[in-house]
Amino acid sequence: MPPSGTPLNTERRPASAEGLDAPLLRVEHVQLGYWGAKGFELAVDDVGFDVAPREKIIVIGPSGCGKSTLLKAIAGFLTPVGGSITVAGRTSLTPGPDRAVVFQEFDQLFAWRTVLDNVAYPLRVNGRRKAAARAEAHKYLELTGLERAFDRYPHQLSGGMKQRVAIARALALEPVILLMDEPFGSLDALTRARLQGELNSILDRTPTTLLFVTHSIDEALVLGDRVVVLGNAPSSVQEIVDVRDVGPPDSPAYAEMRRRLRRLLAEQGEEVDEDAVFV
Amino acid sequence: MQSSSSAAVPAASLPRPRSVGWARLPVWVRRGLIFAVLIGLWQAYVSYADPDPLVFVGPWDTLQALWDGWRDGSLARATWETLRLLGIGTGIGALVAAVLTIFATLTKIGEDLLILLTSIMNPLPGVAMLPLALLFFGLNTNAVLFTIANATIWPIAINISTGFRTVNPTIAAVGRNIGLSPIRLATDVLAPSALPHAISGLKTAWAFGWRTVVAAELVFGAFGGEGGVGFYINNARLYLLTAQMLAALVTIAALGVLFETLFGMLERRTIVRWGMKTS
Repeated sequence: MPPSGTPLNTERRPASAEGLDAPLLRVEHVQLGYWGAKGFELAVDDVGFDVAPREKIIVIGPSGCGKSTLLKAIAGFLTPVGGSITVAGRTSLTPGPDRAVVFQEFDQLFAWRTVLDNVAYPLRVNGRRKAAARAEAHKYLELTGLERAFDRYPHQLSGGMKQRVAIARALALEPVILLMDEPFGSLDALTRARLQGELNSILDRTPTTLLFVTHSIDEALVLGDRVVVLGNAPSSVQEIVDVRDVGPPDSPAYAEMRRRLRRLLAEQGEEVDEDAVFV
Repeated sequence: MQSSSSAAVPAASLPRPRSVGWARLPVWVRRGLIFAVLIGLWQAYVSYADPDPLVFVGPWDTLQALWDGWRDGSLARATWETLRLLGIGTGIGALVAAVLTIFATLTKIGEDLLILLTSIMNPLPGVAMLPLALLFFGLNTNAVLFTIANATIWPIAINISTGFRTVNPTIAAVGRNIGLSPIRLATDVLAPSALPHAISGLKTAWAFGWRTVVAAELVFGAFGGEGGVGFYINNARLYLLTAQMLAALVTIAALGVLFETLFGMLERRTIVRWGMKTS
């Protein structure tokens, strides 16, 4: 766990024209699809929700429901065929560091750069001077517990450490909204639980707004403020659940909420996965 | 927070196969001993069978010829001439390969063209193009440069374009996400990602080119002023200077080992160090 110190960067604010209370991210009637074997296939039919500054939104849904597709659209890799996505007042989105993404794959790191360089390089790309970029990278790597791995190359790291580097890299960019696409999906259950806890404590200390895609109910409950439940593809929002007050995993409210989300997903015919650590 | 797992398992903890005698010697001792035995057999054959020195000479005479050839500059000049032709030819080849690769990476028709051309041209022994080149360019250096360029274009182009096309989509997405321009994405992300393929293309190109240039000189002699090492061998044959022929062969083999070593060093400093190729 990082030492619970003073919050970082409290002065960072979204560059929104509408002021602080306006949603940072607004997803309205978004429709998304892709060209597959059978022509154009709709993955997301009608999805809408708002995300307030510093809010942690979890998008959950059955496999293939288009939750990752939705995240890619917010990141700017895909353009919706219908509806609109507004981030801090901007609508036509191309990929950019204001929506830094942490992916699931371990090889999202630059294999030819050291851990420190992996975090400092994107800052250099975005106009920081070398010394400033390195200092900032130091700070975020310490935040994610990697102070002893600065000079290592990614192939010398475990899966959990690679994901920490990716998280440090994304946080260092100080995004308007941090996008995470099942970042712990390839980790073993123990590492996964540890990283969830660490992410929570990091988010408490940074003014980060988070959109996190997962298919794990426990991950949603541990990390989220609100959970957007998607239905089967072509998907729409089944329900948006507030999970702020469910308490720790052993509390009755948590168990109750867990059952409720399970029921919601089971209605979609989803084999709900069990996170052994929390059961 | 500390990382729980370290990536590398200490090699010492792994059970090692029990090795005795020969296998326990260091590799350079083993190879050195075999080398010495082979030289000894060579010397023994010459000492006992006493072949006509116009046909075959021993290691001592070969060494003498090698020493003389390098000291009076005749063998050095020939070797230099061959390397010069190889360097210029490979340079032209790499340039054409770069154009083809860019075309093949940007357009589908370019990719199809490159794959088709490579599958036709790659199986052709480089030196087989020489008679045609002589017809085009006359009996001069341009003909041999054309032949070398042709021998090196295809392995370089096909390897680098494969490298570009097989770049992990996640790392390319990360590059766009952190705000790289298309040009910087190509130079800072795609190029290093394709480096393992690029190096193996250059290795193949060097091997093809080296064989081609020596063969071309053997068959067609000197092009223009100075003769290369192939010409040197053929000349020595005309004058029945067997020791000189063997000395030139030793030079060619030694250069081959030298280039392999240089490529090995390049790989260890880059792709092996970065875990993109296991040594």
